[in-house]
Amino acid sequence: MANRSTSDLVVGEKTMNASAVAAVVPCWSCKGPVATRALFCSVCGAVQGPGVIDHYSRLGMAPTFDIDLELLERQYFGFQRRLHPDRFAAKSGKEKALSQSQATALNEAYETLKEPLKRAAYLLNLLGHPVDLTACGTINDRALLMEQMEKREALADAETPEQVAKLAMENESEVIACQCHISAAINAGQLEEAGHLAIRLKYLSKLAEEARAKKSRVTRKI
Amino acid sequence: MLLQLHEPGESPAPHESERGLAVGIDLGTTNSVVAVARDGDVEVLRDAKGKGLIPSVVYYADDGEIVVGQDARRMILEEPDHVVSSIKRLMGRGSEDLKTLAGTLPYTLDTAADGGMVRLLVGGRTLTPVEVSADILRVIKARAEEAQGKTVDRAVVTVPAYFDDGARTATKDAARLAGLEVLRLVNEPTAAALAYGLDNAAEVLYAVYDLGGGTFDISILRMEKGVFQVKATGGDASLGGDDIDHAIAEHFLAERANAHGAVSITQGEAKQALATARVAKECLSGQPDGAWLMEVDGHTTRHTLTRAELEELAAPWVEKTVGICRAVIEDAGIEVGDIHGVVLVGGSTRMPLVRRKVREIFGRDPLADINPDEVVAVGAALQAEALTAGSDTLLLDVTPLSLGIETMGGIVEKVIPRNTPIPVAMAQEFTTYQDGQTAMSIHVVQGEREMVDQNRSLARFVLRGIPNMAAGAARIRVTFTVDADGLLTVAASEATTGVEQQVAVKPSYGLTDDEMATMLRDSLEHAKDDMAERLFTETVVEARRSVLAVQAALKVDGDLLSDAERQAIDVAIGQVDRAIASGERDAVTAESENLEASTKTFAERRMDRGIRAALAGVEIDRLDDALGGE
Repeated sequence: MANRSTSDLVVGEKTMNASAVAAVVPCWSCKGPVATRALFCSVCGAVQGPGVIDHYSRLGMAPTFDIDLELLERQYFGFQRRLHPDRFAAKSGKEKALSQSQATALNEAYETLKEPLKRAAYLLNLLGHPVDLTACGTINDRALLMEQMEKREALADAETPEQVAKLAMENESEVIACQCHISAAINAGQLEEAGHLAIRLKYLSKLAEEARAKKSRVTRKI
Repeated sequence: MLLQLHEPGESPAPHESERGLAVGIDLGTTNSVVAVARDGDVEVLRDAKGKGLIPSVVYYADDGEIVVGQDARRMILEEPDHVVSSIKRLMGRGSEDLKTLAGTLPYTLDTAADGGMVRLLVGGRTLTPVEVSADILRVIKARAEEAQGKTVDRAVVTVPAYFDDGARTATKDAARLAGLEVLRLVNEPTAAALAYGLDNAAEVLYAVYDLGGGTFDISILRMEKGVFQVKATGGDASLGGDDIDHAIAEHFLAERANAHGAVSITQGEAKQALATARVAKECLSGQPDGAWLMEVDGHTTRHTLTRAELEELAAPWVEKTVGICRAVIEDAGIEVGDIHGVVLVGGSTRMPLVRRKVREIFGRDPLADINPDEVVAVGAALQAEALTAGSDTLLLDVTPLSLGIETMGGIVEKVIPRNTPIPVAMAQEFTTYQDGQTAMSIHVVQGEREMVDQNRSLARFVLRGIPNMAAGAARIRVTFTVDADGLLTVAASEATTGVEQQVAVKPSYGLTDDEMATMLRDSLEHAKDDMAERLFTETVVEARRSVLAVQAALKVDGDLLSDAERQAIDVAIGQVDRAIASGERDAVTAESENLEASTKTFAERRMDRGIRAALAGVEIDRLDDALGGE
């Protein structure tokens, strides 16, 4: 991976509308004006709190489902390089605490955006169409229910590592296909459909996890 | 570039020139090591004989003298009941935990202490593991000060990645007792990876296999230029070379019983048997067989052992590490083939059996270029330098164990799963299960099992003042926060009313703040001065920051002030400087407050200007400079 300096970090589009003006607050350190979403005060250099901004803006990414994972990681590392508590070990207590909140917020944003499933749910929520992925065990979609039951049985019946690997591979290609469909649905503004697909992705991901666990179980037996 | 770690005059300590460099300390089960880094070059601090290892053994003489290291280890044979070794295995342990360790501990425990932290009876004293560790750390501190000719009061201390919250807190407490500020607790495998630098331009995965005297850790790290990211970590906080010593000692004692009949042996004799076993184990790393003499109950017996026999005794323990390695590789979501190299850490990795097994698991020869006994301290020293002098290296670690709370029926609800990057904050909502329930007991646990009693209990607290509601109506949000040292804070609040409660998790079996204060008083002659100085330093850091901030603001917006107003602020700054020079903490606090008051109008005008500028759409780039203006 190319070694990019932090100055290459992409910062979200700068807007000059009324909300940006409302977002000017006093810096806790020098008391002068600073944008709520600024990481450091441009006058006194003090680190600021993480503020309430969405995960995409926090990492300077465009709010899409299709995401360049390498760029995402570069952005994450770049921001952590400047905000991680290790950079503030010699600073005052207040600055240490703020850097910890910043690093915590960055971790949350990165962990959410790097996983396709979490990213889909987060983005749909951001677009005003929340999906509840925690409502487990209840599949309203009959076709999805039948499909998942069959796959689970097949996995339970699999005995050799080869059989498990074959099922895992089939599932993997469905995971990728499902992600493509989610992307297409979101880009076409079909959020209802994207929500259904996200639930399907959840079950596919769960199956992938079970296949992995089963694979190491059968491999160990040999 | 605006963010500079060390502006001149901003240095945190008042007497920087007399302050030594921060050191890296590997506080080990069997041995401890201290190292210091200067511009990336690391020196392991050695004694007059050139030995870097300080045996983690403490001898408590009847006359009050405390001896640490090789001389203390020698006393095991003469006054075993006055010597403590392998204390790290008891860090953060409660007396309840000892059931699992029973029979393997060469100590007399103070059974009177019900619950709470373990207490040892040694040479007529009652000591906690924290105090014993602090005695070791004092000697380490002294060695570092002698080497640098300066006061050393800051350190990076390493802990096994698998150490739980209680053991981490205990380690930090021990350092505090010894007069050391812990800049960061760093996980041992991560420190070892730092030591290797492994400065690969391309992304690579490394495994760190760390088998020490008392703990086993395996971590998978991803590294690329300057970024060390822990992908998964696992281990066993009570599995190590000590267990192998026990197996050998038991073997020798059984042989002896066969020849001379069984006798119950004293604790001192057990310690001697263990010492003989350790020597035998170490010899057999270099030679195929040997014979050792053991004196127990007045009889000297001779015991032979071949390497093959040793390996048979050690096999169950080494096999345990194999299983843990496989599980962690699975956790990391990778295949063995993805791993580019394996780093060996810990004295026990000198055993040929261990090296063979590691080769077997990972399918490649392990790296052991840096002395496995010193590699952790070397990494810790590099991190100490990075934290104090600044660095571009980024170290991203994870929580080793899942954290959760107890719910109905003794089931654990996980709030933060293991291998989550830290620092982290995660919340989960719970509700009441009875009508009109006004309090909720929150039991914080750590571990991977589903049932509470199979996990480690960290803390209990009660959220009170929940309004009278029907069962299931209250919304209680429990937030877990883990900081960069891996230490946990738990907060609970009721959403509809905002009733809130927060606890820094002091483990159920940890030291209370009162106990800590008493120990500080007892252990430091100038404990009070010491505390006062710490508080003063913290106040000065804060005051200097305020002055710098005002000066920076004056540079940018000074035109907003009349000459008289400007003069008043300059006077206030001068008074803060004078207060700092006076050494009076109260004066510094008062003058800092005065400075804030004198700049109030200035701050208001600056805000006005900022908002007007923003409205006019000018200078917005400066205000919205999310990256701090390079």
